[in-house]
Order: sequence, then structure tokens, then C-alpha cells
Amino acid sequence: MPINALFTALLFTLLSNIAFADAIEGKKIAFDRAKGNCLACHSIDDGEMPGNIGPPLIVMQARFPDRAVLKAQIWDATAKNSISIMPPFGKHHILTDGEIEKLLDYLYTL
Amino acid sequence: MKNLLRAIVTGVLLTSTFIVNATPEQDKETFQRFYAERFPNLAKEDFVNGVYALDQDARDQWEAMNDFPPYEENLEAGEELFNAPFANGKNYASCFENSGENIRQNYPMFDGKRNMVITLELAINECRTNNGEETLAYKKGALAKISAYMASTSEDSVLNIVIPNNEKALAAYQAGKQYFYSKRGQLNFSCANCHVQNVGRKARSETLSPALGHPTHFPVYRMAWGNFGTLHRRFASCNKQVRAQPLAGQSEAYRNLEYFLTYMNNGLPINGPASRK
Ligand code: HEC
Ligand code: HEC
Repeated sequence: MPINALFTALLFTLLSNIAFADAIEGKKIAFDRAKGNCLACHSIDDGEMPGNIGPPLIVMQARFPDRAVLKAQIWDATAKNSISIMPPFGKHHILTDGEIEKLLDYLYTL
Repeated sequence: MKNLLRAIVTGVLLTSTFIVNATPEQDKETFQRFYAERFPNLAKEDFVNGVYALDQDARDQWEAMNDFPPYEENLEAGEELFNAPFANGKNYASCFENSGENIRQNYPMFDGKRNMVITLELAINECRTNNGEETLAYKKGALAKISAYMASTSEDSVLNIVIPNNEKALAAYQAGKQYFYSKRGQLNFSCANCHVQNVGRKARSETLSPALGHPTHFPVYRMAWGNFGTLHRRFASCNKQVRAQPLAGQSEAYRNLEYFLTYMNNGLPINGPASRK
């Protein structure tokens, strides 16, 4: 039993370390002009010179309890709002699925 | 939910029917009214200064820079090029109405014989080939300088683009309008997304300028370019920003786009060339 508990604890740290590393990667993707460039339109965290075309990305967990809903917004914002100016990051292969998952990990730290 | 959806779908249909059926004159009224309501403190003429009409800090810096306009030398070169005779002894003045002075405000125009939009830059090159000279590159260089000089002789003349009431001219206008409102490129932006829908907002630190005022001051001397660029060079830059294929200068699509965009600006004074960062 203690071994099991130790194992679970280890596994948990390992997993949350991975999530943490992914969140750091996700932040890079969000800020990088050649990747997400989310700062062009949204103020986020400590990002410098954000644009003001979209709403600030804050309290994401509370506003997007369902990860699939948040992912859909990033995958193809025009599905919800046909004239949205937000690029369809998944649909147009601007970001890979893996990159979007890392981005989501980061957004949930906000 | 179903009703809401139906309302949205009908709404979209109505807007597109409206867009397709409106006359150019009605389009222009709607277009100009949009900006007047969006920026109630600006007079119509103020729009010719682009982002500098919206942002006082940027305007102060820009005006300080214009004490010695960065394009002065290039503009003088344009005047010399304009006046230099061709090998056959004729010159540009011989190709244009009013010897090429004070005509910028009439371009682009529709040529009913060839059924195509003629921009000033295209007319400059046709003047050259009609006189046995080689064509010049369309987006920058000597042609942009000549065009800048010609624009400078039109200062304060009011844009007066004519769309003759025939099918071919209307089709060219419609194609330009379609281009302006269609999303394109990997990043999926229309011109209208940035310059209408989000006008005045910031993309990073760049304020998005109103499309009312866009064609009045070209060619533009951009600090980022270090020389003059024609309107089609700017179209290409904006295409590249959204990872869309930039088109060739004077391609049919760009000429039609210029026709639409300049007609939307009818009534605004010419104030070119101008400098931009
Ligand atoms: C060019 C502008 C632009 C870019 C770039 C952009 N967005 Fe958006 N975003 C918007 C706009 C405008 C909205 C408002 C809703 C709509 O129109 O789709 C929005 C909405 C959102 C929302 C919903 C927010 C809410 O409060 O409802 C999220 C989440 C979001 N964006 C995330 C991102 C992420 C992550 C990136 C980068 C990978 C990004 N956006 C890049 C313009 C942009
Ligand atoms: C992603 C946003 C975006 C899109 C899409 C876009 N532009 Fe631009 N455009 C800009 C920015 C930023 C500038 C530089 C600042 C300014 O003057 O607005 C600019 C500048 C311009 C200028 C020069 C303005 C001046 O005063 O000198 C013209 C003309 C122009 N755009 C036309 C277009 C046309 C036509 C299209 C579509 C083919 C287009 N733009 C698409 C962002 C965009």
C-alpha cells in the first residue's frame, strides 16, 4: 500500500511536471509571432504590446470549464461567428493538434 | 435555438442580397456613413491621413518628421523622369489629358473599348510602350516616382471615379468589391476584417486604418521600404501579412480592387504622395 501510494505520488508529480512543461511550451506558442501570435489581438498574462481586437484571456478555467469548447474556439472561431477575425488555427493547419493541446494547458493557467 | 439559427441565416442572406444588389452609389453612401458614425469627431477630409487621423501621439511624431519629408528627393526625381523626353522626342505629357497635370483624381477609369480598368500606373506604362520604350516595374522604382510626381500636381483635387452604367464596368466593380470582403490566406482575413470591422483597434501596436482615406495619398514613401511604393505594393504587403498569395502589380484582381476602393473614396481630396512608417 505505501509503495502504491508512493507510486501514485510519483506518477502524479511526473504527470503534473509534463503538464507544467507543456504549459510553458504553450506560452511560447501563444506569444510567438510565427505561431499563435495571440498577443496580436488579446492581452494575455505578462505579454508585451498586446492588441485589443479580441477580449483579454483571463480566468479561463471558470469561463471555459469544458476544454472541448475552448479547443473549438481555437480550432475554428468562424464556426461560432462566421465573420470572426480570429484565424482558424486548427482548420487551416496554422498550429498542429499537439501545439493546440499545449496552448490549452497554458490557457488553463490563466 | 432553431429560431435563432433561422434568424441568423436569414440575416446573412439579407446582408448578402443587399450587398449584391446595391448600386455603387448606394455602396459608397453606406461605406462613408459607416466611418462617419464610427468616428463622429472626424471630418470627411481628415480620413486622408490614415492612422494619423486616429492617433494624436503618432500624428505629432509624423508631423515632426514631415518638416523635411523623407520623399523629397524621390519626388524631384519623379518630376525629372516625367519631363524627360523619350527616344522619339515625345514625352509623358503627350499621352495624357491636360498634359498629365492634375489628373490623378480621375484614376482608375474604365476603358469601355477594352473593357478593363485602367489605373494611372498602367496608363504610364502604356504611354511608354506606345512610344517605343520598355515597361517599368509596377510596385516600386521609377514608375512609383513618376506616379508620385503626378499625384503631387493633383493636390486638393477631389476623387471623382466614374463607373459607367454598363455591364462590364459594373462587373469589374463587383469583382473588386468581392475581393475586398472575401477572407483569404492561411490566416483567413478579408481586407474588411481589418480596415472596416476592426478599424481603430490595435493588432499588437499597429492601429488599423480606415479604408476611407486609403487611396488618396499613394504612392506612399514608407520608412520600412526606404522608397515609394504604389497602392498595389501595399495590397501585396497586406496579402502577405495574412499568408495569402500576393498578386502581381496591375493584375486584373488588383486593378478591380483599386477601382472599388477608390470609388468608395469619391469626394475625398488627393494628398499624395505621403510618408508612412
Ligand atoms: C486577429 C485577431 C485574433 C487572434 C490572432 C487571436 N484571436 Fe482569439 N479572438 C479574437 C476575437 C475578435 C474574439 C471574439 C470572438 C470571435 O469573434 O470569435 C476572440 C475570442 C477568443 C476566445 C474566446 C474568449 C472569450 O472570452 O469568449 C479565446 C479563448 C481566444 N480567442 C483564444 C485565442 C488564442 C489562444 C489565440 C492564439 C492561438 C487567439 N485567440 C488569437 C481575435 C483573435
Ligand atoms: C491583418 C490585418 C490586415 C489585413 C487583412 C489587411 N490589412 Fe491593410 N493594413 C494593415 C496594417 C496593420 C496596415 C498599416 C497601418 C495602417 O495604415 O493601417 C495596413 C495598411 C494598409 C494600407 C495603407 C494605408 C495608408 O494610409 O497608407 C492600405 C491601402 C491597405 N492596408 C489596404 C488593404 C487591403 C486592400 C487589404 C486586403 C487585400 C488589406 N489592407 C488587408 C492590416 C491589414
